[in-house]
Order: sequence, then C-alpha cells, then structure tokens
Amino acid sequence: MSIHNKKLFLLCLATLAGLFVLQFLLSDYLVLAFTRILILAVFAMGYNVLMGYTGLVSLGHAMFFGAGVYGAGLSSYYLGVSLPVAFLAGILAAIALSFLIGLLALRTQTVSFMIVTLMFSQAAFLLILYFSEFTGGDQGLTLPTSARSFSLFGLEVDMTSDVARYNLALTVFGVVLLGLFAFTQGPVGRLLVAVRENEDRTRMLGFDTYAIKLLAFTVSGGISGVAGALYGLMFGYIGSAFAEFKISIEALLFTLVGGPGTLLGPLVGTGLMTLLIDRLSGVTTAYLIVIGALLIVVTLWFPTGILGTLRDRWLPWLK
Amino acid sequence: MDIVPYLLLATLEGLVQASVLMLTALGLSLVFGVMRVVNVSHGEFFMLGAVAAWVCANLIPGPPYVPFIAALLIAPVFVGALAWAADWAILKRINYNPEATIVSTIGLMYIIQQMTLITFGPDAQAVEAPFYHTVRFPWFGYSGYKFFIIAVAIVLVGGLLYLLRHSKVGLYMRATQFDKETAQNFGIPVTKVYSGVFAVGAMLAAIGGVLVVPSQQAHYLMGHDPLLLSFVVVIVGGLGSIPGTIAAAILIGMSDGLLSVFFSPTLAKIFSTLLVALVLVFRPQGLFGKAGR
Amino acid sequence: MAEVVLLKTKGLTRHFGGLKAVENVDFQIKEGEIRAIIGPNGAGKSTFVNLLSGRIKSTSGSVEFAGEDISRMPAHKRVRKGIAYTFQITNIYGSMSVLENICVAVHNRLRPSLLSRNHVSEDDIEAEAAEAAKTVGLGDRLEEVAGTLAYGHQRLLEVAMGLALQPKLLILDEPTQGLSDSEIANFKEVVREVNKTTTVLLIEHNMDVVMTLAEQITVMERGTVLAEGTPDAIMNNAAVQAAYLGASA
Repeated sequence: MSIHNKKLFLLCLATLAGLFVLQFLLSDYLVLAFTRILILAVFAMGYNVLMGYTGLVSLGHAMFFGAGVYGAGLSSYYLGVSLPVAFLAGILAAIALSFLIGLLALRTQTVSFMIVTLMFSQAAFLLILYFSEFTGGDQGLTLPTSARSFSLFGLEVDMTSDVARYNLALTVFGVVLLGLFAFTQGPVGRLLVAVRENEDRTRMLGFDTYAIKLLAFTVSGGISGVAGALYGLMFGYIGSAFAEFKISIEALLFTLVGGPGTLLGPLVGTGLMTLLIDRLSGVTTAYLIVIGALLIVVTLWFPTGILGTLRDRWLPWLK
Repeated sequence: MDIVPYLLLATLEGLVQASVLMLTALGLSLVFGVMRVVNVSHGEFFMLGAVAAWVCANLIPGPPYVPFIAALLIAPVFVGALAWAADWAILKRINYNPEATIVSTIGLMYIIQQMTLITFGPDAQAVEAPFYHTVRFPWFGYSGYKFFIIAVAIVLVGGLLYLLRHSKVGLYMRATQFDKETAQNFGIPVTKVYSGVFAVGAMLAAIGGVLVVPSQQAHYLMGHDPLLLSFVVVIVGGLGSIPGTIAAAILIGMSDGLLSVFFSPTLAKIFSTLLVALVLVFRPQGLFGKAGR
Repeated sequence: MAEVVLLKTKGLTRHFGGLKAVENVDFQIKEGEIRAIIGPNGAGKSTFVNLLSGRIKSTSGSVEFAGEDISRMPAHKRVRKGIAYTFQITNIYGSMSVLENICVAVHNRLRPSLLSRNHVSEDDIEAEAAEAAKTVGLGDRLEEVAGTLAYGHQRLLEVAMGLALQPKLLILDEPTQGLSDSEIANFKEVVREVNKTTTVLLIEHNMDVVMTLAEQITVMERGTVLAEGTPDAIMNNAAVQAAYLGASA
C-alpha cells in the first residue's frame, strides 16, 4: 500500500521521536505536565476529526470524554476488572454513546447541531450528579490501590510512576496519531473533507452523507473516550468535573488554536494552552477569562489556527 | 386543608416566574429571530442586571424604592451599552457567522462571569425589595412586589409587541428578519438594526435580572438557569417566533413551579435539557410551530 | 431501431405551499438521447430535474428509471443507480485540487462501501479521475486548486465529476451559463463525446446550443409540459412561439 502525504507521515514520526526524547530532558514537573498534554491532545485529536475534518462543531464532547472516564473508572471501581479491560470498557462506552447521540444529533445542522450536542452533554453531566451515590458525583471516586498497576504481556506497569505514565500516554498518543493518519489522509479522509466543503455536492456524487458524518462522529467520540478512559485510570480518580461544559470548550479551544483540520494541530494547541493555563492558574483563579478571551481572539483573527496558517501560507501538505 | 389556596399559591408563583422568563427569553428570541444568531452570553446579561441592582442598592441612598428605580433604568442602559460594544467589537467583525457567534459568545460568557467574580466576589448578595405590601387573600398574604413583577413584564412585553407591529423600527426589524439583502436594498440600515436588536435583547435580560433580585440573590453564576430556561422557551416556542416564545414562557414558567414540587431540581434540569435537544432533533419548528416545508 | 425508455415520469407533481412548481408531468427519455428542456424562467425546469435526481421530494406522481420505480429513493442512491446531476451554480470543492474533486466521484463508483476494503487502490481511482479530466480538457490542470480555476474551467470540472460517475443519465442544469463563445463551442464537443456512452438531459437557455445538440426538445411552462418534439417541430410550434420564443426574441 502506498502512503499518501509522505511528508506529513515523516513529520508524525519525528514528532513521536521528539516526544520520546523529551522525557530525558524535562524536569519531573514538566514530564507530568506533558503526560496530561498527551492525553488531552488525544481528546482534541478526536474532536478535530469531527470539527476540523468534517466541519461539524460539537459543544458536547465532554460527554464522550466523560463516557471514557466513567466507563473505565466505574468498571474498575465496582467490578474490579484489570486496567486494560477497564480501558476497553471506557472506549466501548464512548463509542456506543457517540453512535447513539450521532444518530440523533446529525439530523440537525450548524447552530441546532451545536445546541443539541450541548444539551445532550449537559443532560449527561446532570445524570452523573443525579446518580451521585453510584458515580461519586462532584466529589468523585478514587480508585483503590489494586487498580494502580497492571501487567500486560508480561509487562508490569505501575501507574504511580511518572516515567511509566508518560510512556503509556505516549504509546496511546502514538497509536491514535498513526491511526488517524491512515484515517484522515486516505480516501475516507477525503470524504470527510468533501462533506465539510460541500455536503450537497457529496450527496449528489452518490454518497450517503449522513453515514459519513455518523462515522466521523463515532470515531471522534470513540477517540475522546480513549483519552477519557486513559485519564481516569492513569490518575486513579473519576469525577463529574470530567464531563463539564468546560471540557467540551477546552477541546474546541485546543483544536482552534492548533489548527482545525490539521493532524498535528490539536497537539500544538493542547500543548500551548495547557502550559498557559497551568502558568495562569498559579497567578489568578480567573484563568477562565483567558480562555474566554482566546476563544474570541482566535475566532476574530486566527480562524485557521497555528498549523492551519502555516498550511495556507507555506506548507500545503500540512493537513 | 383545602386544595384551593395551594393551587392559587402555585399559580401566583408560576406567573411570577413566567413573567421574568418571558422577558429573558424574549430577548434571546428577538436576537435569534432577527439576526439568526444564538447568544450564549445571554444569561450573563441577566446576571449583570441583578448585580447592577445590588450595586445601586449599596451606592444610592434613600428608601429602597429609590435605588430600585435607579437600577431599573441604569442596569438596562449599562448592559445594553455593553452588548452594543460586543456587537461592534466582535459580532460585526465575524459577519454574524452563526457558528463563530456561538463560539465567541461562549468566550464573552466566561469573560463577564469571571470579571464579575473578581469585582463582585463569590458570595450571593441580597437586595431589599423596593416596597413591602402584602396582598391579603382569605388563606394567606402574598407579596405585593411579586404582583409588581408581573405588571412590569406585561407592560414591557405589550409595549415591545406594539413597537414591533406599529413602529418604523419594528418594520425595519421585521424586514431585516424576513430578508437581509432585500432590506438592505430598500435602504434599511441593517447593521444598525442588528446592533440595536442585540442591545435590546440584552436589556430585556437585564431588566429580568433587576426584577428578580429582591426575591432571589445576586450571584456571579446565576445566569446559567435563566439561559437554560430561555433556551427551552425559545426552542419549544419555535425559533424566532415572538408569539410562540410568549406562549412557551407562560407554559414553562407555570409548569416549572409545579414540576419542582414533584421532582428534584437536577431531575427537572435533565428533563429540560433533553427536551431542548429532542425538540430540535424531531420538531425543529418548535412544539407550537407549523410543520415545515 | 430498438428504443429503450431509460426514464419515465407519471403525473409528477411538486407544490411549494400554494405554488404549483411542477404539475402532473408525464415525461420519457430514451436511452442514448440528448434531450433539452427549455422554457421561460420559473417554468419549473430546475424543480423538475431536481425531482428526477431526488434532491427535492415529489408531492405526488412516480419516477421510473431503467424499469425500476425510484420515486421514494433518496438522492444518493439514485446517483448510484446511474443518475448524475451537475449543479446550475458551480458546486465544487474549492479547497481541493482538480484531481481530488474528481477522485471523490470515482471513489463512489469504485469503492461504494465506506469501510470495506476491496482491491481498488488509490492509484486506480486517481487514474480514472485523470481520465475524466482529460475528456473535458482539464488533463493538464490536475494539481490546481479548484477554487482558483477560471469560471469556464470550473464548469468543465463540474461536468468531469458527473462523467466520472459513468452515469446512465447525465443531467446538466444550465451548463453553458456564463461561458464564452469559444468555451461553448468546446462544451458542445464535450457533450457529443459524452453522449457516445451516456444519455444526456440538459436544461439550457442558449438556443444555439439547444438546436445543435438536442435530438428532442421538451418545452415547459408554468410547471407543465407545453410541447415536445424535434428542434424543427418546436421551432414551428405556434404555442411555443407565443409562450416562449416570441417572448424572449
């Protein structure tokens, strides 16, 4: 099989290699920060499949991230399954939920689509609070020590070790990145972009655009769930804050800043934004002002994001 | 005990809630109807109205009705100016693109909320009612101030409807709503109409906030529920339909009081959010609207 | 001559509120034909072909294609049955290259299922797309970004996308609108070429194009068929002259 867009493929490999080397250069604090960045970048990459490539702006991806968190966390907490099994359970929960919500939400468009996804996501968040005896509500649940390590294929992984967490996050990030490379840079990716650019035209070329959008929605939600499941299990805590509206907005902001519809944009956006937010949280509690201001600034002056601007100016293969 | 007093009380409470909701939702509906954009920061304009009432109560001396009347005038002017500025600085520049508008008004929502937190503080603050008068029923006494809320809402909505139907400004708005390009060709200053509508929508929310603050307290996060309920009203009533919005506001305002008796607030909110989503999916013209083409 | 009816409508009707855009139209087109639909603005031509392609749902009546009732079939399935539609207003993927635009169309034909992996490679898809581009004369512009093409070339790209579907019936909605004389001459050649393998139905205002290309002409007025016949017969039809030709002359 021939690989389309070889330059981008090489850049992906170089990025992964760079991220691997990074752990030997950074302080412990920054390694932890980058662990979180890698997981949240997976979330933003999932979001980007729908928003960047397919052109559908969701305001409810917190529910898919949350489905991953709770699918994984609850099955570990209540059923005591091993972490890899819990991880899979989280992903499956997110896939099932996103397929179901996609079936409904994709009957609407643009503004209605945004509001519908927002409302479903709020309903999911409120359900977590309503069943707080089971879910832990806003207090959350801390996973038992038995769920802080696992062995897979003879490999013992300790979830309290910074090095183990970083490399696990990097592995998942790498798998998702290469998977999305295949998904977005091949024929299916071309169809997603075709729907974004001109849905009516795509329908009149014989495609069931609803099915294409549902595929994008489910993949997008499923990957968000991968990130959620990993986050919950890795830090051993699940709580309703993972399904808040703010989480959806962060995915949107990270993607917008990095460059919607570019494969590596979400990583860039997540990295910059997370470091900025961490820095600001020390200074002021009102870091949400900065998120708010950035949403406006990016919308006004920077709609294609960092990598999108690079692509449009100099590097057309950066997509 | 008799059922009559209980029903009367529930009806009165429902009417008060419906009145405030009608004002707030009408603002959202007007903006959507004319400009085809959704203002996510609408709830913050409501909150700013309430906070402005508190500020007035603390800065302006005299008997409680003096700062209250001042607030009724100052709050909408201040919030209207803020909305006008937001329209000029942001919405106009993104050409009222519907998706970009939602994203940037989410940004505006965070900014207003957090700025209020920084200046006003995290605590809820009470404001005295402008007057104390109790209307006596055979079974209980009821706050006269709440009747005042209902009266103000009826007068404002009535006036607004009259303006929309019979004034030149109303004609401009209807023409712009009907077809932006044609309106422009007829010399209607569409950009001014947009700025004006956005400001008026915000002012209605601010008045709602002022009215509500003597019976609720002012708090920097108090905009969430009015925003959600306004969404419910506007979407159930049919996007952009003024009569539909009024009917839905009364229905939902009345039933919300009853629902909260039987269900927990969280469950009621779950019901509301799902209602909005499902109506948009299955009956986008609203529950009262006519079937689409 | 064995003449096979490719498409047939019976009592096809579409109302918009009180407006009878298309009213009770019985229409047939034979395999291999070039058919033109003409008529004054607002006669319902575009609505009619949109009913055929499935972009608009009919109020009543039936559409039969290659012997099968497709009245209830959604648009994308009709395309897969072999009805291709090119838009009146140029409707391409502006940010994609010419080749990628056509690839989307070829993709549909060669790899119809979204997820299944059959043996058709990207190279095959691109080869066929390049072929379709060559047919309309865009063979040397494959890598250009479609949105930056001259208008006439965008129209040709539109036709190439229709062609790449290898349809049984190609519907062209006002294809020569906005083209220069030399582009129109080239376009006529393209349609003749296409017609060797495909039935063509075109809505057209340019009477020169209609008269030189069409074997049969259908005249529509106020949502109904006013007349039908060979170009000569239509030219000499008194009702048509009164309703249409006379009015625009």
